[in-house]
Amino acid sequence: MAKNDVKLLGVWASPFVMRARISLNIKSVNYEFLEETVGSKSELLLQSNPVHKKVPVLIHGDKPICESLVIVQYIDEVWTSSPSILSADHYDRAIQRFWAAYLDDKWFPAMRRIRGAQGEERQELVDQVVEGLALLEEAFGKYSKGKAFFGGDQIGFIDIAFGSLLGWLRVTEKVGEVKLLDEAKTPGLVKWADCFCADAAVKSVMPDTEKLIEFSKFLMAKMKGAPPPKN
Amino acid sequence: MASSAVVTANQLIIMAELKLFRTWSSRFSLRVVWALDLKGIQYDTIFEDLSNKSSLLLQYNPVYKKVPVLVHNGKPLLESLVILEYIDETWKQTPLLPEDPSERAMARFWAKFGDDKVLPSIWNVFIKQGKDQEEAIVTAQENLGCVERQLTGKKFFNGETIGLVDLAFGWLANLLSVFEEVCGVTLIDLEKFPLLLEWIQNFADAPIIKESWPPRDKLITKYQALHEVYTSKEAPK
Repeated sequence: MAKNDVKLLGVWASPFVMRARISLNIKSVNYEFLEETVGSKSELLLQSNPVHKKVPVLIHGDKPICESLVIVQYIDEVWTSSPSILSADHYDRAIQRFWAAYLDDKWFPAMRRIRGAQGEERQELVDQVVEGLALLEEAFGKYSKGKAFFGGDQIGFIDIAFGSLLGWLRVTEKVGEVKLLDEAKTPGLVKWADCFCADAAVKSVMPDTEKLIEFSKFLMAKMKGAPPPKN
Repeated sequence: MASSAVVTANQLIIMAELKLFRTWSSRFSLRVVWALDLKGIQYDTIFEDLSNKSSLLLQYNPVYKKVPVLVHNGKPLLESLVILEYIDETWKQTPLLPEDPSERAMARFWAKFGDDKVLPSIWNVFIKQGKDQEEAIVTAQENLGCVERQLTGKKFFNGETIGLVDLAFGWLANLLSVFEEVCGVTLIDLEKFPLLLEWIQNFADAPIIKESWPPRDKLITKYQALHEVYTSKEAPK
């Protein structure tokens, strides 16, 4: 199959789509970005992801690949030119997969609920997120070994999984008027966030925070009365 | 237990220190048991009492404080699907994942679907009552329908042999019928899910797999007690 027949279905605001784009950029893969219209789903999306009907979907030749972390691993396994996204060492790969799963299963779901929550529930969520950041700070210290990224000199799997969530983290901080990523508590992560956002593979696909805030207001207004969004 | 896997001297060295922290009933721990047993790998088992967790477990898994934890030469591995991939990468015999990247992506997708959607939707059927339960049944059966279609033309999700997705869905082959019996609902019937029912039979009776099932009567007792706790919280509908 032609390695250069690559399409990505996505939306600019989605952190999950961003993961796929960063990975393709790291591997210098040319791809066609097909932007979905907010509020409607294209035929191609419904056909290629009938189970979830969600972005991102990577379409390589005629094969659709769904779920952001599955896509990132697929990209790493198909385009084997350096740099690698996952470590060559089996144990390190397991650690990377663990933290990526933690971010998606625990940390991000708590973080995204902060804006809509109130009172005691809100405080509990903030505490959970801050606790999670402390764990991630410790992990960063351990795995970066003094370098800029969780992956060392280069962006790796954890960097992609976590860094893609920074945009929405900043939205939550601004709109929710709450400090989550704190220089005093997690100095390593604060520095890492700057390095991540400045990286060549990330810069062009990291959405502007103000634009995200506008988008989030638009979404909240649209969803008034509807059940809360699923992850 | 019998295994046709050939163990080399190198593998004996790698196996040197392998410990699995589990409970008798944990469906996630069972995945790791199966993976290790299918590959003919020797390991020590430590049974945990989750109401009184060992300090070792808390040390190895401070984030979740849960089983399973696989410790290989002093290094802890957490989260059952992550552990399964580690086992598959470290011990190459009886592979659990295919070689082709797009097939591997499919396997990872379906394993995740099982844990993110199928399992919670079936749990909802188990803990809810009345109208809520009826709605939960619809969602659960929709999810099961997606899974059923994956078995078209295949004996196992992995094809002719058991793979990662089969191990990920393994709990369907014993726990589902326990849930059904305890809450009196049949989710998987022959008319709607003939392939799943056949897979359940094949998987449950497969060599190695069948040697590890937790005792059914103990599971019934455990889930009956849990069911009472959940349903007594609900107002009658």
